[in-house]
Amino acid sequence: MRALLRKIWTTPVVAEPLAPADDDRQIEAMARQVDARAQRLFGRSLHIREVDAGSCNGCELEIGALNNPYYDLERFGMHFVASPRHADCLLVTGPVTRNMADPLKRTYDATPDPKIVVAVGDCARDCGIFAGGYGVVGPVSAIVPVDVVVGGCPPTPQLILAGILAALDRRGTFQRIHPTDGPIA
Amino acid sequence: MITKIAIETIQLLIVGLGAPLLVGLVRRVKARLQGRRGAGVLQPYADLRKLLAKEAVVSETTSWIFRFTPYLLVATMLLSALLVPLLTTRTPLGFLGNIIVLMYLFLLGTFFLALAGLDAGSAFGGMGSSREMAVAALAEPTVMIAIFAMALRVGNTELDEIVRRGATDSLLLLTPGHLLAFLAFFIVALAETGRLPVDNPATHLELTMIHEAMVLEYSGRYLMLIEWAAGMKLLIFLALLSNLFFPWGVALTVTPAAVAVACVALVLKVGALAVGIAMLETAVAKLRLFRLPALLSGSFALALLAVVSFLFVK
Repeated sequence: MRALLRKIWTTPVVAEPLAPADDDRQIEAMARQVDARAQRLFGRSLHIREVDAGSCNGCELEIGALNNPYYDLERFGMHFVASPRHADCLLVTGPVTRNMADPLKRTYDATPDPKIVVAVGDCARDCGIFAGGYGVVGPVSAIVPVDVVVGGCPPTPQLILAGILAALDRRGTFQRIHPTDGPIA
Repeated sequence: MITKIAIETIQLLIVGLGAPLLVGLVRRVKARLQGRRGAGVLQPYADLRKLLAKEAVVSETTSWIFRFTPYLLVATMLLSALLVPLLTTRTPLGFLGNIIVLMYLFLLGTFFLALAGLDAGSAFGGMGSSREMAVAALAEPTVMIAIFAMALRVGNTELDEIVRRGATDSLLLLTPGHLLAFLAFFIVALAETGRLPVDNPATHLELTMIHEAMVLEYSGRYLMLIEWAAGMKLLIFLALLSNLFFPWGVALTVTPAAVAVACVALVLKVGALAVGIAMLETAVAKLRLFRLPALLSGSFALALLAVVSFLFVK
Protein backbone atom coordinates (compact mmCIF):
# COMPACT_ATOMS: atom_id res chain seq x y z
CA MET A 1 0.00 0.00 0.00
CA ARG A 2 2.82 2.44 0.87
CA ALA A 3 4.67 1.65 -2.33
CA LEU A 4 1.48 2.12 -4.30
CA LEU A 5 0.77 5.49 -2.71
CA ARG A 6 4.34 6.63 -3.36
CA LYS A 7 3.99 5.57 -6.98
CA ILE A 8 0.72 7.49 -7.29
CA TRP A 9 2.30 10.54 -5.66
CA THR A 10 5.25 10.60 -8.05
CA THR A 11 3.25 9.92 -11.20
CA PRO A 12 1.91 13.09 -12.81
CA VAL A 13 -1.35 13.33 -14.73
CA VAL A 14 -0.49 11.54 -17.95
CA ALA A 15 -3.62 12.50 -19.86
CA GLU A 16 -2.48 14.42 -22.94
CA PRO A 17 -4.31 17.37 -24.42
CA LEU A 18 -5.83 16.01 -27.56
CA ALA A 19 -3.95 16.75 -30.75
CA PRO A 20 -5.98 17.61 -33.82
CA ALA A 21 -6.92 14.35 -35.50
CA ASP A 22 -4.27 13.17 -37.97
CA ASP A 23 -6.53 13.21 -40.93
CA ASP A 24 -9.88 14.91 -40.70
CA ARG A 25 -10.85 13.68 -44.15
CA GLN A 26 -11.46 10.28 -42.57
CA ILE A 27 -14.53 11.67 -40.80
CA GLU A 28 -17.72 11.98 -42.79
CA ALA A 29 -20.77 13.50 -41.20
CA MET A 30 -23.85 11.98 -42.73
CA ALA A 31 -26.92 13.93 -43.78
CA ARG A 32 -28.94 13.07 -40.66
CA GLN A 33 -28.18 15.75 -38.10
CA VAL A 34 -28.64 15.52 -34.37
CA ASP A 35 -31.09 18.16 -33.23
CA ALA A 36 -29.76 21.12 -31.31
CA ARG A 37 -31.41 20.24 -28.01
CA ALA A 38 -29.85 16.78 -27.90
CA GLN A 39 -26.51 18.27 -28.88
CA ARG A 40 -26.66 20.63 -25.96
CA LEU A 41 -27.57 17.81 -23.56
CA PHE A 42 -24.93 15.42 -24.88
CA GLY A 43 -22.35 18.17 -24.94
CA ARG A 44 -21.83 17.74 -21.20
CA SER A 45 -22.62 14.07 -20.77
CA LEU A 46 -22.46 11.28 -23.31
CA HIS A 47 -22.80 7.60 -22.51
CA ILE A 48 -21.48 5.29 -25.17
CA ARG A 49 -22.38 1.71 -25.98
CA GLU A 50 -19.92 -0.19 -28.13
CA VAL A 51 -21.41 -2.68 -30.58
CA ASP A 52 -19.14 -5.12 -32.37
CA ALA A 53 -21.15 -6.11 -35.44
CA GLY A 54 -18.47 -8.44 -36.78
CA SER A 55 -15.19 -6.59 -36.46
CA CYS A 56 -11.71 -8.16 -36.33
CA ASN A 57 -11.24 -6.43 -32.94
CA GLY A 58 -8.63 -4.04 -34.33
CA CYS A 59 -11.05 -1.14 -33.83
CA GLU A 60 -11.91 -2.44 -30.34
CA LEU A 61 -8.26 -2.16 -29.32
CA GLU A 62 -8.26 1.50 -30.37
CA ILE A 63 -11.62 2.13 -28.69
CA GLY A 64 -10.33 0.44 -25.53
CA ALA A 65 -7.39 2.84 -25.61
CA LEU A 66 -9.83 5.74 -25.17
CA ASN A 67 -10.32 4.57 -21.58
CA ASN A 68 -6.65 4.60 -20.64
CA PRO A 69 -5.07 7.48 -18.71
CA TYR A 70 -3.40 8.84 -21.85
CA TYR A 71 -6.57 9.51 -23.83
CA ASP A 72 -8.87 9.66 -20.76
CA LEU A 73 -12.30 9.78 -22.37
CA GLU A 74 -13.92 10.58 -19.03
CA ARG A 75 -12.62 14.16 -18.98
CA PHE A 76 -14.97 15.00 -21.86
CA GLY A 77 -17.95 13.80 -19.81
CA MET A 78 -18.16 10.57 -21.78
CA HIS A 79 -17.99 7.01 -20.64
CA PHE A 80 -18.82 3.53 -21.79
CA VAL A 81 -21.90 1.83 -20.40
CA ALA A 82 -22.95 -1.79 -20.15
CA SER A 83 -26.45 -1.56 -21.59
CA PRO A 84 -27.96 0.09 -24.67
CA ARG A 85 -30.74 1.34 -22.37
CA HIS A 86 -28.16 3.56 -20.62
CA ALA A 87 -26.58 4.77 -23.86
CA ASP A 88 -26.83 7.97 -25.90
CA CYS A 89 -24.38 6.95 -28.57
CA LEU A 90 -23.77 3.66 -30.33
CA LEU A 91 -20.21 3.06 -31.50
CA VAL A 92 -20.54 0.37 -34.15
CA THR A 93 -17.54 -1.45 -35.59
CA GLY A 94 -17.03 -4.04 -38.30
CA PRO A 95 -18.92 -5.11 -41.38
CA VAL A 96 -22.37 -6.19 -40.23
CA THR A 97 -22.41 -9.97 -40.32
CA ARG A 98 -25.57 -12.00 -40.80
CA ASN A 99 -25.62 -13.09 -37.16
CA MET A 100 -25.18 -9.54 -35.87
CA ALA A 101 -27.60 -7.69 -38.19
CA ASP A 102 -30.62 -8.44 -36.01
CA PRO A 103 -28.88 -7.80 -32.65
CA LEU A 104 -27.60 -4.48 -34.04
CA LYS A 105 -31.09 -3.45 -35.09
CA ARG A 106 -32.47 -4.48 -31.71
CA THR A 107 -29.71 -2.64 -29.88
CA TYR A 108 -30.62 0.48 -31.85
CA ASP A 109 -34.29 0.04 -30.91
CA ALA A 110 -33.40 -0.52 -27.23
CA THR A 111 -31.51 2.77 -27.06
CA PRO A 112 -33.72 5.59 -25.78
CA ASP A 113 -34.16 8.69 -27.99
CA PRO A 114 -32.41 10.99 -28.69
CA LYS A 115 -29.44 8.93 -29.83
CA ILE A 116 -26.52 9.10 -32.24
CA VAL A 117 -24.72 6.36 -34.16
CA VAL A 118 -21.02 6.54 -35.02
CA ALA A 119 -19.70 3.89 -37.41
CA VAL A 120 -16.01 3.22 -36.66
CA GLY A 121 -13.52 1.84 -39.14
CA ASP A 122 -13.30 1.07 -42.84
CA CYS A 123 -15.34 -2.11 -42.39
CA ALA A 124 -18.20 -0.20 -40.80
CA ARG A 125 -18.03 2.34 -43.66
CA ASP A 126 -18.02 0.02 -46.66
CA CYS A 127 -17.24 -3.50 -45.38
CA GLY A 128 -13.49 -2.97 -46.09
CA ILE A 129 -11.65 -6.13 -47.07
CA PHE A 130 -14.68 -8.21 -46.14
CA ALA A 131 -16.90 -6.62 -48.82
CA GLY A 132 -18.82 -9.25 -50.74
CA GLY A 133 -18.10 -12.00 -48.20
CA TYR A 134 -20.86 -14.58 -47.83
CA GLY A 135 -21.28 -13.86 -44.12
CA VAL A 136 -21.51 -10.09 -44.55
CA VAL A 137 -24.82 -8.23 -44.89
CA GLY A 138 -23.37 -4.80 -45.60
CA PRO A 139 -22.03 -1.63 -44.00
CA VAL A 140 -23.53 -0.30 -40.77
CA SER A 141 -25.62 2.27 -42.66
CA ALA A 142 -27.47 -0.60 -44.35
CA ILE A 143 -28.94 -1.65 -40.99
CA VAL A 144 -29.28 1.47 -38.81
CA PRO A 145 -29.19 5.23 -39.53
CA VAL A 146 -25.62 6.49 -39.13
CA ASP A 147 -24.67 10.04 -38.06
CA VAL A 148 -20.91 10.01 -38.51
CA VAL A 149 -18.51 7.58 -40.16
CA VAL A 150 -14.90 7.38 -38.97
CA GLY A 151 -12.67 5.76 -41.56
CA GLY A 152 -9.33 4.04 -40.99
CA CYS A 153 -8.11 0.49 -40.47
CA PRO A 154 -8.09 0.88 -37.56
CA PRO A 155 -8.73 4.58 -36.86
CA THR A 156 -6.62 6.13 -34.10
CA PRO A 157 -8.27 6.86 -30.74
CA GLN A 158 -7.95 10.58 -31.52
CA LEU A 159 -9.83 10.09 -34.76
CA ILE A 160 -12.60 8.11 -33.03
CA LEU A 161 -12.99 10.82 -30.40
CA ALA A 162 -12.99 13.49 -33.12
CA GLY A 163 -15.73 11.50 -34.87
CA ILE A 164 -17.89 11.39 -31.74
CA LEU A 165 -17.36 15.10 -31.23
CA ALA A 166 -18.20 15.75 -34.88
CA ALA A 167 -21.54 14.07 -34.30
CA LEU A 168 -22.14 16.53 -31.48
CA ASP A 169 -20.73 19.44 -33.48
CA ARG A 170 -18.12 20.03 -30.79
CA ARG A 171 -14.92 20.11 -32.80
CA GLY A 172 -13.52 23.08 -30.87
CA THR A 173 -14.08 21.40 -27.50
CA PHE A 174 -10.49 20.57 -26.61
CA GLN A 175 -9.37 24.16 -26.61
CA ARG A 176 -12.32 25.12 -24.45
CA ILE A 177 -11.71 22.40 -21.89
CA HIS A 178 -7.98 22.92 -21.51
CA PRO A 179 -7.25 26.39 -22.88
CA THR A 180 -3.73 26.48 -21.44
CA ASP A 181 -2.61 23.22 -23.02
CA GLY A 182 -1.16 23.68 -26.46
CA PRO A 183 -1.72 20.90 -28.97
CA ILE A 184 1.06 18.30 -28.96
CA ALA A 185 3.00 17.71 -32.12
CA MET B 1 -41.53 25.01 14.77
CA ILE B 2 -39.79 27.15 12.17
CA THR B 3 -36.36 25.95 13.30
CA LYS B 4 -37.53 22.33 13.13
CA ILE B 5 -38.76 22.76 9.58
CA ALA B 6 -35.58 24.63 8.69
CA ILE B 7 -33.34 21.83 10.01
CA GLU B 8 -35.26 19.12 8.16
CA THR B 9 -35.18 21.21 4.98
CA ILE B 10 -31.42 21.65 5.28
CA GLN B 11 -31.00 17.90 5.79
CA LEU B 12 -33.11 17.16 2.71
CA LEU B 13 -31.14 19.67 0.64
CA ILE B 14 -27.78 18.29 1.82
CA VAL B 15 -28.74 14.72 0.97
CA GLY B 16 -30.70 15.45 -2.21
CA LEU B 17 -28.40 17.99 -3.78
CA GLY B 18 -25.13 16.82 -2.23
CA ALA B 19 -25.39 13.21 -3.41
CA PRO B 20 -24.32 13.84 -7.04
CA LEU B 21 -21.47 16.03 -5.80
CA LEU B 22 -20.25 13.22 -3.53
CA VAL B 23 -20.32 10.72 -6.40
CA GLY B 24 -18.48 13.22 -8.59
CA LEU B 25 -15.88 13.79 -5.89
CA VAL B 26 -15.15 10.07 -5.48
CA ARG B 27 -14.81 9.68 -9.27
CA ARG B 28 -12.61 12.75 -9.57
CA VAL B 29 -10.23 11.63 -6.81
CA LYS B 30 -10.06 8.14 -8.31
CA ALA B 31 -9.26 9.59 -11.74
CA ARG B 32 -6.49 11.72 -10.27
CA LEU B 33 -5.03 8.72 -8.40
CA GLN B 34 -5.00 6.82 -11.69
CA GLY B 35 -3.04 9.60 -13.38
CA ARG B 36 -6.06 10.76 -15.34
CA ARG B 37 -7.67 14.15 -15.47
CA GLY B 38 -11.19 12.78 -15.11
CA ALA B 39 -14.49 14.59 -15.35
CA GLY B 40 -15.24 17.53 -13.08
CA VAL B 41 -16.93 16.96 -9.73
CA LEU B 42 -20.14 18.41 -11.19
CA GLN B 43 -20.33 15.77 -13.94
CA PRO B 44 -23.03 13.64 -12.19
CA TYR B 45 -25.39 16.66 -12.27
CA ALA B 46 -25.01 16.83 -16.06
CA ASP B 47 -25.56 13.06 -16.29
CA LEU B 48 -28.74 13.19 -14.21
CA ARG B 49 -30.06 16.19 -16.10
CA LYS B 50 -29.48 14.45 -19.41
CA LEU B 51 -31.17 11.24 -18.25
CA LEU B 52 -34.17 13.25 -17.09
CA ALA B 53 -34.57 14.72 -20.59
CA LYS B 54 -34.30 11.37 -22.35
CA GLU B 55 -36.99 8.97 -23.40
CA ALA B 56 -37.59 5.99 -21.10
CA VAL B 57 -37.59 2.64 -22.89
CA VAL B 58 -39.55 0.10 -20.87
CA SER B 59 -39.74 -3.56 -21.78
CA GLU B 60 -43.24 -4.83 -22.63
CA THR B 61 -42.85 -7.78 -20.28
CA THR B 62 -42.41 -5.69 -17.13
CA SER B 63 -45.08 -5.11 -14.49
CA TRP B 64 -45.83 -2.13 -12.26
CA ILE B 65 -42.95 -3.11 -9.96
CA PHE B 66 -40.44 -2.03 -12.60
CA ARG B 67 -41.93 1.48 -12.86
CA PHE B 68 -42.67 1.81 -9.14
CA THR B 69 -39.23 0.84 -7.80
CA PRO B 70 -37.28 3.99 -8.81
CA TYR B 71 -39.83 6.20 -7.04
CA LEU B 72 -39.76 3.95 -3.98
CA LEU B 73 -35.96 4.11 -3.85
CA VAL B 74 -35.92 7.90 -3.95
CA ALA B 75 -38.75 8.08 -1.41
CA THR B 76 -36.99 5.79 1.09
CA MET B 77 -33.75 7.73 0.73
CA LEU B 78 -35.43 11.10 1.24
CA LEU B 79 -37.30 9.70 4.24
CA SER B 80 -34.01 8.40 5.66
CA ALA B 81 -32.55 11.87 5.17
CA LEU B 82 -35.22 13.17 7.55
CA LEU B 83 -34.48 10.56 10.22
CA VAL B 84 -30.70 10.52 10.49
CA PRO B 85 -28.93 13.00 12.79
CA LEU B 86 -26.93 14.80 10.10
CA LEU B 87 -26.57 18.15 11.85
CA THR B 88 -27.99 18.04 15.37
CA THR B 89 -28.72 15.51 18.07
CA ARG B 90 -32.25 16.85 18.13
CA THR B 91 -33.39 15.81 14.69
CA PRO B 92 -37.03 16.97 14.66
CA LEU B 93 -38.37 13.81 13.02
CA GLY B 94 -35.88 11.55 14.81
CA PHE B 95 -38.68 10.19 16.97
CA LEU B 96 -40.19 8.51 13.89
CA GLY B 97 -37.58 5.85 13.75
CA ASN B 98 -34.45 4.49 15.31
CA ILE B 99 -31.50 2.87 13.59
CA ILE B 100 -33.39 -0.40 13.10
CA VAL B 101 -36.14 1.39 11.16
CA LEU B 102 -33.46 3.11 9.08
CA MET B 103 -31.73 -0.14 8.15
CA TYR B 104 -34.99 -1.72 7.11
CA LEU B 105 -35.88 1.31 5.02
CA PHE B 106 -32.67 0.68 3.11
CA LEU B 107 -33.51 -2.99 2.89
CA LEU B 108 -36.99 -2.21 1.54
CA GLY B 109 -35.34 -0.41 -1.38
CA THR B 110 -32.90 -3.28 -1.89
CA PHE B 111 -35.78 -5.77 -1.89
CA PHE B 112 -37.77 -3.87 -4.50
CA LEU B 113 -34.69 -3.28 -6.64
CA ALA B 114 -34.04 -7.04 -6.62
CA LEU B 115 -37.66 -7.64 -7.69
CA ALA B 116 -37.31 -5.03 -10.44
CA GLY B 117 -34.12 -6.74 -11.62
CA LEU B 118 -36.10 -9.95 -12.04
CA ASP B 119 -39.09 -8.19 -13.59
CA ALA B 120 -37.84 -7.72 -17.13
CA GLY B 121 -36.81 -11.37 -17.27
CA SER B 122 -33.30 -10.73 -18.61
CA ALA B 123 -30.55 -13.12 -17.58
CA PHE B 124 -28.27 -10.45 -16.11
CA GLY B 125 -31.06 -8.85 -14.09
CA GLY B 126 -31.86 -12.13 -12.34
CA MET B 127 -28.18 -12.78 -11.72
CA GLY B 128 -27.74 -9.32 -10.20
CA SER B 129 -30.81 -9.78 -8.00
CA SER B 130 -29.64 -13.13 -6.64
CA ARG B 131 -26.21 -11.68 -5.86
CA GLU B 132 -27.63 -8.58 -4.24
CA MET B 133 -29.85 -10.72 -2.01
CA ALA B 134 -26.89 -12.92 -1.07
CA VAL B 135 -24.81 -9.87 -0.13
CA ALA B 136 -27.73 -8.27 1.73
CA ALA B 137 -28.37 -11.47 3.68
CA LEU B 138 -24.70 -11.65 4.68
CA ALA B 139 -24.45 -7.96 5.53
CA GLU B 140 -27.62 -7.65 7.54
CA PRO B 141 -26.57 -9.59 10.68
CA THR B 142 -23.42 -7.48 10.79
CA VAL B 143 -25.40 -4.26 10.62
CA MET B 144 -27.68 -5.35 13.44
CA ILE B 145 -24.86 -6.62 15.67
CA ALA B 146 -22.72 -3.52 15.06
CA ILE B 147 -25.72 -1.36 15.95
CA PHE B 148 -26.35 -3.37 19.10
CA ALA B 149 -22.72 -2.89 20.09
CA MET B 150 -23.30 0.86 20.13
CA ALA B 151 -26.84 0.71 21.45
CA LEU B 152 -25.77 -1.47 24.41
CA ARG B 153 -23.22 1.10 25.50
CA VAL B 154 -25.71 3.94 25.28
CA GLY B 155 -28.67 1.90 26.44
CA ASN B 156 -30.77 3.19 23.57
CA THR B 157 -31.27 2.46 19.86
CA GLU B 158 -32.20 6.06 19.02
CA LEU B 159 -29.66 7.51 16.60
CA ASP B 160 -29.83 10.95 18.21
CA GLU B 161 -29.04 9.48 21.61
CA ILE B 162 -26.06 7.46 20.34
CA VAL B 163 -24.58 10.51 18.61
CA ARG B 164 -25.24 12.71 21.66
CA ARG B 165 -23.48 10.29 24.01
CA GLY B 166 -20.51 10.11 21.64
CA ALA B 167 -20.32 13.89 21.35
CA THR B 168 -20.47 14.48 25.11
CA ASP B 169 -18.35 11.54 26.27
CA SER B 170 -15.24 11.58 24.11
CA LEU B 171 -13.64 8.61 25.91
CA LEU B 172 -16.44 6.47 24.52
CA LEU B 173 -14.93 6.93 21.06
CA LEU B 174 -11.76 5.14 22.13
CA THR B 175 -13.33 2.02 23.60
CA PRO B 176 -12.46 -1.17 21.70
CA GLY B 177 -16.13 -1.88 21.09
CA HIS B 178 -16.51 1.43 19.30
CA LEU B 179 -13.47 0.92 17.06
CA LEU B 180 -14.46 -2.66 16.22
CA ALA B 181 -18.01 -1.58 15.45
CA PHE B 182 -16.64 1.15 13.18
CA LEU B 183 -14.61 -1.37 11.14
CA ALA B 184 -17.57 -3.74 10.90
CA PHE B 185 -19.94 -0.95 9.90
CA PHE B 186 -17.47 0.42 7.33
CA ILE B 187 -17.15 -2.93 5.56
CA VAL B 188 -20.92 -3.33 5.56
CA ALA B 189 -21.35 0.21 4.23
CA LEU B 190 -19.07 -0.69 1.31
CA ALA B 191 -21.17 -3.79 0.63
CA GLU B 192 -24.51 -1.99 0.94
CA THR B 193 -23.54 0.90 -1.33
CA GLY B 194 -21.92 -1.34 -3.95
CA ARG B 195 -18.31 -0.15 -3.67
CA LEU B 196 -15.08 -2.07 -4.10
CA PRO B 197 -14.04 -4.70 -3.04
CA VAL B 198 -17.64 -6.01 -3.01
CA ASP B 199 -18.95 -4.50 -6.24
CA ASN B 200 -17.25 -2.31 -8.83
CA PRO B 201 -19.37 0.78 -9.55
CA ALA B 202 -17.37 1.51 -12.74
CA THR B 203 -17.53 -1.93 -14.31
CA HIS B 204 -18.79 -2.70 -17.82
CA LEU B 205 -18.57 -6.47 -17.43
CA GLU B 206 -22.02 -7.90 -16.83
CA LEU B 207 -20.58 -11.09 -15.37
CA THR B 208 -18.98 -9.27 -12.43
CA MET B 209 -21.82 -6.87 -11.69
CA ILE B 210 -24.07 -6.83 -8.66
CA HIS B 211 -25.91 -3.52 -8.33
CA GLU B 212 -25.39 -2.49 -11.95
CA ALA B 213 -26.77 -5.79 -13.28
CA MET B 214 -30.14 -5.12 -11.66
CA VAL B 215 -30.52 -1.71 -13.30
CA LEU B 216 -29.37 -2.69 -16.81
CA GLU B 217 -32.96 -2.50 -18.06
CA TYR B 218 -33.61 1.02 -16.78
CA SER B 219 -33.37 4.11 -18.96
CA GLY B 220 -34.29 7.77 -19.02
CA ARG B 221 -35.91 9.26 -15.93
CA TYR B 222 -36.16 5.87 -14.16
CA LEU B 223 -32.39 5.43 -14.42
CA MET B 224 -31.93 9.00 -13.24
CA LEU B 225 -33.99 8.28 -10.11
CA ILE B 226 -32.07 5.08 -9.40
CA GLU B 227 -28.66 6.72 -9.80
CA TRP B 228 -29.75 9.65 -7.67
CA ALA B 229 -31.01 7.26 -4.97
CA ALA B 230 -27.75 5.30 -5.09
CA GLY B 231 -25.82 8.54 -4.56
CA MET B 232 -28.07 9.48 -1.65
CA LYS B 233 -27.56 6.05 -0.08
CA LEU B 234 -23.80 6.50 -0.24
CA LEU B 235 -24.09 9.96 1.29
CA ILE B 236 -26.37 8.78 4.11
CA PHE B 237 -24.08 5.85 4.92
CA LEU B 238 -21.00 8.08 4.99
CA ALA B 239 -22.83 10.67 7.09
CA LEU B 240 -23.95 7.94 9.50
CA LEU B 241 -20.42 6.59 9.74
CA SER B 242 -18.98 10.03 10.40
CA ASN B 243 -21.62 11.11 12.91
CA LEU B 244 -21.94 7.84 14.83
CA PHE B 245 -18.23 7.22 15.14
CA PHE B 246 -16.72 10.71 14.89
CA PRO B 247 -19.45 12.97 16.28
CA TRP B 248 -17.27 16.09 16.19
CA GLY B 249 -19.04 19.31 15.36
CA VAL B 250 -22.57 17.91 15.63
CA ALA B 251 -24.84 20.58 17.11
CA LEU B 252 -26.03 19.67 20.61
CA THR B 253 -28.24 22.73 20.78
CA VAL B 254 -30.32 24.11 17.95
CA THR B 255 -28.81 27.54 17.35
CA PRO B 256 -27.99 28.93 13.89
CA ALA B 257 -24.27 29.13 14.70
CA ALA B 258 -24.09 25.54 15.97
CA VAL B 259 -26.01 24.27 12.93
CA ALA B 260 -23.69 26.19 10.59
CA VAL B 261 -20.65 24.62 12.30
CA ALA B 262 -22.34 21.21 12.04
CA CYS B 263 -22.87 21.73 8.28
CA VAL B 264 -19.19 22.51 7.74
CA ALA B 265 -18.11 19.61 9.96
CA LEU B 266 -20.39 17.21 8.09
CA VAL B 267 -19.04 18.31 4.70
CA LEU B 268 -15.44 17.90 5.91
CA LYS B 269 -16.03 14.49 7.50
CA VAL B 270 -17.99 13.06 4.56
CA GLY B 271 -15.43 14.53 2.14
CA ALA B 272 -12.61 12.85 4.05
CA LEU B 273 -14.44 9.51 4.02
CA ALA B 274 -15.11 9.91 0.28
CA VAL B 275 -11.40 10.47 -0.38
CA GLY B 276 -10.69 7.42 1.78
CA ILE B 277 -13.09 5.32 -0.30
CA ALA B 278 -11.49 6.57 -3.53
CA MET B 279 -8.04 5.58 -2.21
CA LEU B 280 -9.32 2.19 -1.07
CA GLU B 281 -10.91 1.58 -4.47
CA THR B 282 -7.63 2.45 -6.18
CA ALA B 283 -5.63 0.12 -3.94
CA VAL B 284 -7.80 -3.02 -3.87
CA ALA B 285 -9.23 -5.20 -6.60
CA LYS B 286 -12.75 -6.55 -6.63
CA LEU B 287 -13.09 -9.74 -4.61
CA ARG B 288 -14.17 -12.86 -6.37
CA LEU B 289 -17.86 -13.41 -5.64
CA PHE B 290 -17.20 -16.60 -3.67
CA ARG B 291 -14.71 -14.77 -1.46
CA LEU B 292 -17.34 -12.24 -0.38
CA PRO B 293 -18.76 -14.42 2.43
CA ALA B 294 -15.27 -14.46 3.96
CA LEU B 295 -15.07 -10.65 3.95
CA LEU B 296 -18.59 -10.19 5.28
CA SER B 297 -18.29 -12.89 7.92
CA GLY B 298 -15.04 -11.20 8.94
CA SER B 299 -16.97 -7.99 9.47
CA PHE B 300 -19.60 -10.00 11.36
CA ALA B 301 -16.87 -11.34 13.65
CA LEU B 302 -15.67 -7.77 14.29
CA ALA B 303 -19.20 -6.71 15.17
CA LEU B 304 -19.60 -9.68 17.49
CA LEU B 305 -16.31 -8.84 19.20
CA ALA B 306 -17.58 -5.29 19.64
CA VAL B 307 -20.61 -6.61 21.52
CA VAL B 308 -18.51 -9.04 23.58
CA SER B 309 -16.07 -6.28 24.49
CA PHE B 310 -18.96 -4.38 26.02
CA LEU B 311 -19.29 -7.13 28.61
CA PHE B 312 -15.60 -6.91 29.52
CA VAL B 313 -14.87 -3.20 29.23
CA LYS B 314 -17.56 -1.52 31.24
